[in-house]
Amino acid sequence: MNEPAAPPTPWALFVTFFTIAISGFGGTLPFARRTLVERRAWLTPQDFTETLSLCQTLPGPNIVNMSIVIGARACRWRGSAAAAVGLVAAPVIIVITLGMLYSRYGALEMVRHALLGLGAAASGLIVATAARMAAPLLLSRPWLAGPFILAAFTAVALLRLPLPYVLLALGPLSIAAAWSWRRRRA
Amino acid sequence: MKGADTLVALGVQFTALSLVAFGGANAVIPEMHHQAVEVRHWMTDQDFTALFAIAQAAPGPNFLVSTLIGWKAAGLPGALVATAAMCGPSCLLTFWVARAWDKYRETAWRAAIGAGLAPVTVGFVCSSAFVLVRAADTGWKLAVVTAASAAVAYFTKLNPLWCLAAAGALGVLGALG
Repeated sequence: MNEPAAPPTPWALFVTFFTIAISGFGGTLPFARRTLVERRAWLTPQDFTETLSLCQTLPGPNIVNMSIVIGARACRWRGSAAAAVGLVAAPVIIVITLGMLYSRYGALEMVRHALLGLGAAASGLIVATAARMAAPLLLSRPWLAGPFILAAFTAVALLRLPLPYVLLALGPLSIAAAWSWRRRRA
Repeated sequence: MKGADTLVALGVQFTALSLVAFGGANAVIPEMHHQAVEVRHWMTDQDFTALFAIAQAAPGPNFLVSTLIGWKAAGLPGALVATAAMCGPSCLLTFWVARAWDKYRETAWRAAIGAGLAPVTVGFVCSSAFVLVRAADTGWKLAVVTAASAAVAYFTKLNPLWCLAAAGALGVLGALG
């Protein structure tokens, strides 16, 4: 189980990521880990963690990036394309179907009420996500992370500045701060 | 032609967002909301909240909200353009970087980039939460639902679908209107 298996074919990549996508109700990552590391043994636990940290450094959903990286390692661009399409296809078809149902029945009183509740709960989930992401940063390096969290929040949520520009302005500053902090500790 | 204009606007907007969406779509909700509701008038606040909720409830990665925004703005072509524009650029970047990755695995600057981007991204996700809460919570009962769902998701390991299902059921029963 700890030895990585032979490199998968594009078809195997497609099928595996397709399965991960449709099983990932309420978060795909735990399921991806179980499938890729334990069931398929394409990655060791350490590989998985390292690949995830690469994918978190890059823009885009982590699991989509992961399909690209794992696909590329197995069979270059054909592997990436097979894995990414496998991951994306079913969820896109499902939400388009749901979107059609929303266009059709969204105005019905009962549906409208259900969606009010769903929307309120879904926004609560993002509040929790934000808190979970912020907590470890604020606990481990409050004076380094706190000002940048606050600045990004103020710029985007309160001043309503365009997000890409805010990233271009704050990103390099924050990276420079992290860099000098690391050097001082080293 | 209005339809083509909309497709171009979707393509341009989501291509730009694709490359700044660290951690995925959750970081760029404020910009999506601003464009879709306030600048382009593709939908109302209520539509945006509903589509976001549908994307959360569906299986799959978190970019699906962009698929639904594209759908609402320009039907099936809109959904496909928005999805491709949201996923394509970040996928190409990842593909390109992944090939060089093994060389730079241990370098300090890579760690600094990760550590530096993290707080800015967290600030963006906090902004997303702010925008969504303000759009969704039009009454105190809905605010209570948001707070309860946040607390359950933060303090327990319960599958978040239970929060969505419970809140949807309360809505159907007419308890939130």
